Amino acid sequence: MKELVDKYAHKLVAAGLAEPGAPLVGGLDANLVWNRTDPACAELEQVFAGLNINSLLFAEPAEPYRSIIAYLASNAKGAIRPSDCETRTMMHDLPVVDRFEANAIVAALKQRKSVIIPGHGIVAWGMVSPEQAFIFFSSVCFACFVKFFADYLVDSRAGRLSNEQRSVFEVAIPLLDKFPDTSPTLMNGPFTHEDAVYNALIEAGRVTVAHHLVDSFFGNVSYRFGDTLYISQTGSSLDELEGCIDPCPIDGSSCAGITASSELTAHREIVLNTGMNAVLHGHPKFSVILSLDCQKEDCPFAGQCHTRCPEARFVEDIPIVPGEVGTGPFGLCNTLPPAMQDRRGVIVYGHGLFTVAQDDFNVAFANLMDIERRCRDLYCAMLSLY
Amino acid sequence: MNGWMGAILYIDLSERTHWVERPDLDVYHRHIGGKGLCGAYFLPWATDPWDAPETPLLFMTGPLVGTASPTSGRMHVMSRSPLTGTIGDASVGGKLGGQIKRAGYDGIVLTGRCDHLSGIEIMDASVTFHDAQALVGLDTGTVYEKIKGKGATAVVGPAAEQGVLFSCIMVDGSYAVGRNGLGGVFAGKNLKYLTVKGSGTVAVHDKAALKKAREDIHRLIASSPILLGEQGLTHFGTGAVYDLMDSRRMMPTANFRATYFPAAHNLNAPAFKKRYGDKRTGCRGCHILCKRVADDGTHLPEFETMSHFTALIENEDMETVTRANSLCAALGMDTITAGATLSCYAEIEDRKLSGKEALSLLEDIGHGRGVGRELARGSYRYAASRGHPELSMSVKKQELAAYDPRGAYGMALAYATSTRGGCHLRAYPISHEILRKPVATDRFSFAGKARIIKIAEDVNAVVDSLTACKFVFFASSLEEYAKAFTAVTGVTTTAQDLLHAGERIYYNERIMNALNGFTAVDDDLPSRFFTEPGSSGNAIDIPPINRTDFLEARRDYYRVRGLDADGRPTREKADELGLDWNPEDTTETPS
Ligand code: SF4
Ligand SMILES: [Zn+2]
Repeated sequence: MKELVDKYAHKLVAAGLAEPGAPLVGGLDANLVWNRTDPACAELEQVFAGLNINSLLFAEPAEPYRSIIAYLASNAKGAIRPSDCETRTMMHDLPVVDRFEANAIVAALKQRKSVIIPGHGIVAWGMVSPEQAFIFFSSVCFACFVKFFADYLVDSRAGRLSNEQRSVFEVAIPLLDKFPDTSPTLMNGPFTHEDAVYNALIEAGRVTVAHHLVDSFFGNVSYRFGDTLYISQTGSSLDELEGCIDPCPIDGSSCAGITASSELTAHREIVLNTGMNAVLHGHPKFSVILSLDCQKEDCPFAGQCHTRCPEARFVEDIPIVPGEVGTGPFGLCNTLPPAMQDRRGVIVYGHGLFTVAQDDFNVAFANLMDIERRCRDLYCAMLSLY
Repeated sequence: MNGWMGAILYIDLSERTHWVERPDLDVYHRHIGGKGLCGAYFLPWATDPWDAPETPLLFMTGPLVGTASPTSGRMHVMSRSPLTGTIGDASVGGKLGGQIKRAGYDGIVLTGRCDHLSGIEIMDASVTFHDAQALVGLDTGTVYEKIKGKGATAVVGPAAEQGVLFSCIMVDGSYAVGRNGLGGVFAGKNLKYLTVKGSGTVAVHDKAALKKAREDIHRLIASSPILLGEQGLTHFGTGAVYDLMDSRRMMPTANFRATYFPAAHNLNAPAFKKRYGDKRTGCRGCHILCKRVADDGTHLPEFETMSHFTALIENEDMETVTRANSLCAALGMDTITAGATLSCYAEIEDRKLSGKEALSLLEDIGHGRGVGRELARGSYRYAASRGHPELSMSVKKQELAAYDPRGAYGMALAYATSTRGGCHLRAYPISHEILRKPVATDRFSFAGKARIIKIAEDVNAVVDSLTACKFVFFASSLEEYAKAFTAVTGVTTTAQDLLHAGERIYYNERIMNALNGFTAVDDDLPSRFFTEPGSSGNAIDIPPINRTDFLEARRDYYRVRGLDADGRPTREKADELGLDWNPEDTTETPS
């Protein structure tokens, strides 16, 4: 347990979601262990006592998340309701309570996976591992970031930006990740043996995380080698893909890939349709933010954009398609593969970006970064119009 | 009342009478339904022998059954287990639960014993008794064909009539109340069948909120590679897990002497699909549809059956598996215990069974012939009678399922602590140890597992009480189901409130077992797992489980569960959960 609580405290900092020394992570089996001592432990022990869980994470988010979340929370009326895919699928909404006090925290966490306490931080739990608490914490940060910038664009266009919004924006902009001048050089393909495929996938996952082109550590990556699609496993951290890659025979002769990414079908269809061998998927923030920005008035599908949007929408040359995670009737496996034909990338509404390349991940990664950079530039350009 | 029907139907088979009890709302709030109601109603009878006429056999539904809540077609059955002497229970699908609700009841309590072999037919308020002597010895499929027009059905086969200790009750033709031998309790009451038909509806408090909860659950199901993914349950049935057990080197082979079966890749779910076709079916109200039917209408084996009738008995012939599955269904026997009893027999005989011999032994068991009469008592009693109880791969005399505990340590602990003996479903740690849901845990470590197992047992107790299907919880959680529960019943709740009820439901089972003398000695695994390695390979090492680590994890589990060092309930915890516990009521030893 101690190892796990330390690991996720560290990862939170590495992801830029909390300042060094801020995360407080507790893990409970027969005994309770914390990653460090802190006066807040006493209150959080009361939270443990009130819930059937095995881990808790409490931290004040780092900037710009701190200011963004504080702003959204102040207008939340009980809960923040972002419209990105992660929130819709997993978090539902993000409750806010006004005091760092066990009863209030327990009441919120009895229903949801996290709670925001303005001026203090975010508390999230896990039933199986502190990893869950870490994921929920980072989902809150990601969802709030996306919501803030998406709302900002809409409000700016409508001429109703508040001073508060403007000042949070001023805090956030200088803190946005800097894009490197050149894309890193990755292993060169085409690969001729399986080991190289595994190594290339591991490397691609790691650089995607290192460049913050994911929320927390999630996304997925695959490579076709012969008759097999090698793909990252469901819920695997892109920066730790060692041992977390499933070889899936394309002819479906084995189910050993049942633990493969939820997007296995989409990856396989892309590979088969386009003849490309490398597929990379991340959740870069401005690609997601721009995908939410639609100015069509009186659309009969308003509120159902993520599943039913009938428009051919684009960011420059990059299509934006609707689609939910996985393979249901509204699954992105139906919308994404056809849209990828003759494209270097496709954005899935409210969710993330997929890119492809022929022989290795160099072009796929460069495109992931380039499209995100273009989305951010376009976002800023649109703002300057208003 | 919304969700619940507010009525329990009692049928006294000795007196041929029936009446309706209307429980207080508080009973429903405390026990939810399904497994929870079963436990509450069974407690006063917990120490009665399974074959005593007064010992009740309970069929209970939950508030979600018969509504639009996803996977609400399941229900729960409970009595004392003939096989283990513990509480005996099982979740079952089909349409029986829905019909019980539509007939106006939350559940049925059968007590007493008919004076001759009978059937009971329920249609709304009407309960009629029928002479079933003409059906004596008939297989479950034949009886089902005769009575299926009368509504949902529950039937026992020749195995139950012959006193096979692992006989099951077959619901709606192909859904087994599989484990723990509850078919024996049914037959012990001189019952051959039960039919239920209802014409009512289940009132739902807030249909719009239920629709929203349903959408949230469906979205999660769609996002799950294990459920709707192209290699998942929807496309390949539960057999989808077979390849994973092979690649993770934890497929129980040759009575658990090995954990790798070289022929497995020819016997996986895609191979079954290629050979038999791919018709999907499943429980009422479920769109996952994890059951498979061959093109000719034969029901195909589920994962556990596939594994135990291939690797465990070292059989490489697919047709033998399918025939064994059909035979067990027709005779009315639990396939897990049947397969594991054959593998124990083969080890004691020190030879490999041919497919033909395996099938003929199943017939002998089901019809009470030759050595079949001895095997009918399960592997433990058989092995003990041959002087080798250690060769029964069982916990509390119930055989282990198709996950070798040396390949998943949470599974090892969960097998040992399960209140119904060797069972994989009470906590199903395979979910995180192998399937990575909700997140992956280290399968070769006990660290953290005590609490994880305890919480999962509580969660699954809730799932079996609502009732819903455990498979959905690879994707969804009580957070979404709490919303469905509130939408259906109008009772405000949270995931954690339900979990608290789950803890009470599970602790009540520990109390019932303790009343029958079960202690830490019974919460243990066969010695093989601590002394013999599995089949390492594929860069995976499968050593024996470290006994000290296991005992520490079990000690931690007792602490987390609020039990004493001997695994017995404590007054303190019982009080906290609002349960009665008096250690003096305990019988000496488990029977
Ligand atoms: S997943 Fe399978 S067992 Fe569960 S409810 Fe659906 S059909 Fe029944
Ligand atoms: Zn994604």
